[in-house]
Amino acid sequence: MRGRRNLIAGAMLSAVFVLAALVSFVWTPHDHTTMNIPAKLRLPDSAHWLGTDHFGRDLFSMIMVGARTSIAVALVAVGIGMGLGVPLGLAAAARKGRWIDEFIMRGNDLIFAFPSLVIAILITAVFGAGAVNAIIAIGIFNIPVFARITRGAALSLWERDFILAARVAGKSAARISVEHILPNVGNLLIVQGTIQFSLGILAEAGLSYVGLGAQPPTPSWGRMLADAQTLVSIAPHLALVPGMAIITTVLGLNLLGDGLRDWLDPRLRVART
Amino acid sequence: MLRYALKRLLSLVISLAVASVVIFMVIEVAPGDPAQFMLGLNAQPDTVAALRAELGLDLPKWQRYLSWAGGMMTGDFGMSYTYRTPVSQMIADRMWVSLPLALYALTLSTLIAFPAGIFAAAHRGGPGDVAVMGATQLGVAIPNFWFAMMLVLVFAINLRWFSAGGFPGWDGGVWAGLKALTLPAIAQALPQAAILARVMRSALLDVLGEDFIRTARAKGLSRRQALWRHGVRNALIPVLTIIGLQFAFLLAGAIIIEQVFYLPGLGRLIFQAISSRDLIVVESVVMLLVFAVIVVNFTVDLAYAAVDPRLRNRT
Repeated sequence: MRGRRNLIAGAMLSAVFVLAALVSFVWTPHDHTTMNIPAKLRLPDSAHWLGTDHFGRDLFSMIMVGARTSIAVALVAVGIGMGLGVPLGLAAAARKGRWIDEFIMRGNDLIFAFPSLVIAILITAVFGAGAVNAIIAIGIFNIPVFARITRGAALSLWERDFILAARVAGKSAARISVEHILPNVGNLLIVQGTIQFSLGILAEAGLSYVGLGAQPPTPSWGRMLADAQTLVSIAPHLALVPGMAIITTVLGLNLLGDGLRDWLDPRLRVART
Repeated sequence: MLRYALKRLLSLVISLAVASVVIFMVIEVAPGDPAQFMLGLNAQPDTVAALRAELGLDLPKWQRYLSWAGGMMTGDFGMSYTYRTPVSQMIADRMWVSLPLALYALTLSTLIAFPAGIFAAAHRGGPGDVAVMGATQLGVAIPNFWFAMMLVLVFAINLRWFSAGGFPGWDGGVWAGLKALTLPAIAQALPQAAILARVMRSALLDVLGEDFIRTARAKGLSRRQALWRHGVRNALIPVLTIIGLQFAFLLAGAIIIEQVFYLPGLGRLIFQAISSRDLIVVESVVMLLVFAVIVVNFTVDLAYAAVDPRLRNRT
């Protein structure tokens, strides 16, 4: 099964990334903030596994600590999207066609209409650059994504017999949404959450690259790339290392998302091959 | 159809109105007084007050909103606080970089994605399909600004085929201008092409499962003929939607790529305006980009409904 291979490869790549972030709390090969100018711009060797940057800081350690920033930003942004989007989607589905459904879905369309990057830049520009504002900016655009898929899945569930049975039993729409609809859209939310997580990592890198994400001294892959830009001709590894970190992480998460979808929903297996 | 078009038009107008209010309010709460910023910290209070009056900053909020929004409808975006030139003029100048760049990238993306997606669908499950799908997985994972840096490293610094950044303007000839936009366009196009190729493939696979493809084969068309005459044409509808969305995305997404290549486009204009607190420029450029996205989506919706009558009854 190709799907199973995706799942395993994705899970392993994602695990490496999460592990790197967790281990960095207790151990890194070097202190990621210690400057050592004589040892600057070193290529990878036994002392510095991925080389050093223009201040002589150890790139491997910076990548490990940077993974924390990526996870924190992307995870909270997904949390915001799910925390607000899922209840909105459930409410819209429970009140299908009424004004509240109309209101929520039109609001969604409106957020979708904004170019997310432009608004993220606007938010961070107005309220100040920083990880927290980057999280909010990315999180806002996750809300309609989760609201939409929750509503879509919930609508078809509302037609099902077991929901009818629950209604006949006298349960309120809110209770049905929480007790019966939500568990049944869980798989879908996990898959979408994985995808939004990987998009969040890309978005964080982009914002940090233009200087609107995490601020020094918080290490971030995007800012490592920004620092590397002027030095790329003499020390290409400064750009290659964080770039590869971003690519493998995002690739891993995407494979994990695809694999999970195939695994959790056998019907799609037939359709996709 | 007319009813549908009017309904969509109404929602377009509402979207634009709400968007403009939201953008105006966000800019309103921005800390820092533009007049104070322009004159510096040592300016006399009455000088600042005079400038505020001159810029219209002392008027009530709703009045300033109306004059801003009303002005935009007639193409008057107001005066830049720092450059003292009409914002519309600044935007028009930058547009000549950003718009061609977006179109260039979109063209490249389509040229790559169509053959790749069609090839993958035609050879479903084969090694070619696996290779294309693997490449697209990689393509969506690559940040375009990092890819841009790598392109600069290889093609500008090492091979010296292109310059590493900057824009000579169109006065030096179309060729020179296009050449300067080539690396940025490629950097933006490849990740987009990866998405588009996946959409093309899955849309085509959906269509190829339809009965009319079997009919076409039964009446004697070869696989290849059925694919091109009946498959690709029907698969184009979802693909065109994505192309429409991508155009808007490319226009707005150029902000970061323009930073990599030092291109004097809308993106750099926004960053300069942000750092100099030239808020009227910021809000106008953002509004313009939102306007572009909303209008493109509207056009795609209408085109969709014109092609496929079933969609008109959906809202």
